[in-house]
Amino acid sequence: MTRPEASAPVNPHKAGPPLWLLAELTYRCPLQCPYCSNPLDFAQTERELTTEEWVSVLRQGRAMGAAQLGFSGGEPLVRQDLPELIAEARQLGYYTNLITSGLGLTEAKVDAFAEAGLDHIQVSFQASDPELNNAVAGSRKAFDQKLAMARAVKEAGYPMVLNFVIHRHNIHQMNDIMALCERLGADYVELATCQYYGWAFENREGLMPSKAQLVQAEQEVNQYRERLADSGSAMKLIFVTPDYYEERPKACMNGWGNLFLTVAPDGAALPCHSARLLPIDFPNVRDMDLQSIWYDSPGFNHYRGDSWMPEPCRSCDEKEKDFGGCRCQAYLLTGNADNADPVCSKSSYHDRILAARKAADHATAGLTGLTYRNANNSRLFFRG
Amino acid sequence: MHQVPRFRRGFRFQWEPAQESYVLLYPEGMVKLNGSAGAILNEVDGQRSVADIIANLEQQFPDAGSLEDDVSGFLLDACQQHWIELS
Repeated sequence: MTRPEASAPVNPHKAGPPLWLLAELTYRCPLQCPYCSNPLDFAQTERELTTEEWVSVLRQGRAMGAAQLGFSGGEPLVRQDLPELIAEARQLGYYTNLITSGLGLTEAKVDAFAEAGLDHIQVSFQASDPELNNAVAGSRKAFDQKLAMARAVKEAGYPMVLNFVIHRHNIHQMNDIMALCERLGADYVELATCQYYGWAFENREGLMPSKAQLVQAEQEVNQYRERLADSGSAMKLIFVTPDYYEERPKACMNGWGNLFLTVAPDGAALPCHSARLLPIDFPNVRDMDLQSIWYDSPGFNHYRGDSWMPEPCRSCDEKEKDFGGCRCQAYLLTGNADNADPVCSKSSYHDRILAARKAADHATAGLTGLTYRNANNSRLFFRG
Repeated sequence: MHQVPRFRRGFRFQWEPAQESYVLLYPEGMVKLNGSAGAILNEVDGQRSVADIIANLEQQFPDAGSLEDDVSGFLLDACQQHWIELS
């Protein structure tokens, strides 16, 4: 028997494997959605991982047990090696998901990806009509292209997932959005209310729906669900409500470093796609193997277990249910990522959530007041 | 009984060594299956009827007695969950 090394502890928290791998292939994107979850200073990121480096990440992840793989971004279609990465991933046994705006997609690519073994394409929309969709996306041609590509995805036999990010400027379209999805033959519809990280945090006042808007939207979704059930439709509606209207935080990512592993375009390995904003050193797949990153690196062990928790989490009987909520939200709203997520009514910073709700009740600004996600605006965030 | 179950489009069933179990994969989701669910779905190949599947499983597990109710109940449930389709 070999004796264990007396250096850093190996997998000190007995973490399970990363079952989900999110490959953010690039931060480049033709759209400018003001709620983008990419970092504000994304334009500073240079040197994307090469094809060989991504292939190595995919192999390591699969060997560790990852089964779900998302190709995301930015817009992953920007990467010319996407077909190659899809083929590699499928051959390794991943269930492969392409998460795309639909821009840059063609019918030929839809077919070629299917040939390479892609399991599923998720197309995102910004609204149910061209005018609002294109205004939010910052692109005049976006809506027609998305419609055409949604039809092509369906035609090619993929399961169809349509994603709409919901905010105060499109929440009144709920019924139109669901009807559009039904017409397109969607299998799953994600109606995801904005989460306030990245660009969405910057634009929170201009995006957050009021409580009254939210209550009405929830009613409309529930009624639509009943109608779908009565007609025997298999279309599934997934409505993600904003945690700013909750009194207890979400069990973010099912726990830090528990199931999800994100690899950013430059190789930074993260416990979620927002974690880059935290003042924590995260390892890079260029410097370390994925196994050591996941099980042994200080970054991934930082918030595993509960010994890091201050009050009110430390003595809370719900700490194993929600893990104290979201570290990014705690950091953005309190300046200290160790704190309880202020969504929790036990947090001494909960008044900041209440203030945001109040602001949402009185907000009047239109789309033009939002800071759009593009390279020029991004440079403002790191040039200071 | 003569109906033939097949996985719904976009659903994939496979063995995952890291989880030591069969799983069902679908768009952005994964269900870890227990032993009996895994054994039943392992018989679903788009060719065998429900009756064939029951007969196969009774042969594999001779001590289990009649499996008809359990297997057809589970397949019906899987159908309602939209994991499989019966044709």
